Amino acid sequence: MVLALVRRRPKQLAIAALIVVLAIVPFLGNAYYTSVLIIIGINAMVAVGLCLLMGYTGQVSLGHAAFYGLGAYISAVLSRTYHVNPWLAMLAAVVATTAFAFAVGFPIFRLRGNYLAMATLGLGIILWILFREVDSITGGPSGLSGVPYLSIAGFNFSSDFRFYYLVWGFCIAIMVISESIVASRMGRAMRAVHGSESAAQSLGVNAAVVKVKVLALSAAYAAVAGSLFTYYLTFVSPQPFDFLFSVQLVVMAVVGGLASIWGAVFGAGAIRVLSEVLHPFGELDVVVFGLLLMVVMILTPQGLVRGIADLWHRFVSVRLAPTR
Amino acid sequence: MGAIYAVVGLGFTIIYTVTGVINFAQGEFVMLGGMVSFSLITALGLPLPLAFVLTVVLVTLVGVALNLLTIRPARQASNISLIIITIGAALFIRAIAGLGWGKNAQPVPPFTGSETIGFLGAYVRIQSLWVIGITVLLVLLVYLLLNRTLVGKSLKAAAINSRAASLVGIDARTMSLVSFALAASTGAIAGMVIAPISFASYDMGVMLGLKGFVAAAMGGFTGIWGVLLGGMGLGLAESLAAGYVSSAYKDAIAMVFLFAVLLINSRNLAGEEKR
Repeated sequence: MVLALVRRRPKQLAIAALIVVLAIVPFLGNAYYTSVLIIIGINAMVAVGLCLLMGYTGQVSLGHAAFYGLGAYISAVLSRTYHVNPWLAMLAAVVATTAFAFAVGFPIFRLRGNYLAMATLGLGIILWILFREVDSITGGPSGLSGVPYLSIAGFNFSSDFRFYYLVWGFCIAIMVISESIVASRMGRAMRAVHGSESAAQSLGVNAAVVKVKVLALSAAYAAVAGSLFTYYLTFVSPQPFDFLFSVQLVVMAVVGGLASIWGAVFGAGAIRVLSEVLHPFGELDVVVFGLLLMVVMILTPQGLVRGIADLWHRFVSVRLAPTR
Repeated sequence: MGAIYAVVGLGFTIIYTVTGVINFAQGEFVMLGGMVSFSLITALGLPLPLAFVLTVVLVTLVGVALNLLTIRPARQASNISLIIITIGAALFIRAIAGLGWGKNAQPVPPFTGSETIGFLGAYVRIQSLWVIGITVLLVLLVYLLLNRTLVGKSLKAAAINSRAASLVGIDARTMSLVSFALAASTGAIAGMVIAPISFASYDMGVMLGLKGFVAAAMGGFTGIWGVLLGGMGLGLAESLAAGYVSSAYKDAIAMVFLFAVLLINSRNLAGEEKR
């Protein structure tokens, strides 16, 4: 009976289970778990965007930390320096980052494969240098502190407990939106572009526009996440937006199975937990990330979660197959 | 510096023309060259020529291992997967180096004396002359290797058409291996000659690798001379920018160059990818 349900509605069950678990965690009263899960939720939003871009549309980006950082900095500067309402600042950050992605998207997507990877990497590094060097606006390497909290009608999102629900609210919204995009006409166009750009073109899909739109969408997600990150820490500095974070995002998407939104969230969680566990031992976490990237890409090009999911499907169908 | 970018770019070009892979770990070969020679010279007290040869051998072995363990099993994978694999390798090598050697930049003694000499009204460090001399020598050697020996000709054949090459008995896998070995050894030499000037540190590979790539891209990934010009041009542009604008934006110059080259050439490059 339970197994039958698992077989017929695996996704709905998983969503329900996830929401229940997530809702309970803060009540365990362990502040550490709550704060780790907040960061996971924030990273997951960026990873979901990257998964739409890399997994579904087949376009690599090694500079996604740039969009994340841009969102964070715009929110921080507007709300702290110019005293704009934090929500409005966040909206402005998302709009500006999306516009930026549109602007760079058209020239960048004239490149493919290797060259696209390099161009996005260069983009990430240029923005990172700007965050660090334009002292008068960004506060330079030491960053900006005193970013205000988010609040709704006097209700401050100042404690981890409150912020946790805000972050996961946004994260689940982003997951639901992404799932429905993947299932839509747009999602089919994305997969067509991934499969073969020329074939997609001949069927009337404007590949260039599809790619730029997906980039802009993922940049918007990254800006939401970046803004929430700043409002959570009430502080912003260049360090979290470096090349290593761009690569970490790729690791999350790869571990999660590239073309799977759930996988991306799982990947974000797994990578974060790994680095929490391993970081005390120096840079051991980076060693493991490197190994993971190599091993996963060599053994299961579709990613870990997909590989495990395939095994699970085989297991379930063997158990439930009517015996003849 | 331009000469170093050229040598690093040479490594990119060799691997790219033979295998079509952009090897993100190229900068890590350079870092290993610097760090290994630091250990051999300073910690073990080996004489310079011996340390030089040993370093090249060790780093070349790393390049061979990288090829055998990661590129060969994943040969069927797409370009994107291969890029991600080499990024993973770069992270792995860098982090191990950070754990093993610590995070401090290590001073490496220069090959001969640390004083500067006057030359045409400018003062240059003797080590800089070593850098330029070794670069020229290395470029000549690689040129001769590619154009005058059987191995070089096989490499070129495998690069042009690996199936046709295999028909005349050239094993593409071996050639891929040779290209990694060659790139690793040139990277190691670059690391060794630059370390006395810039210090050796576990994270020196990132920027050097990127700039080497820019040099290679400016040269169009085609030949040795293009890379040489690209590297020199980049080095010149950087020092001009550092002098006239601000040294803080020195690294950004390379990235702006990267964009310019990629976008100007995007039609050619896109065409090449489809091949």
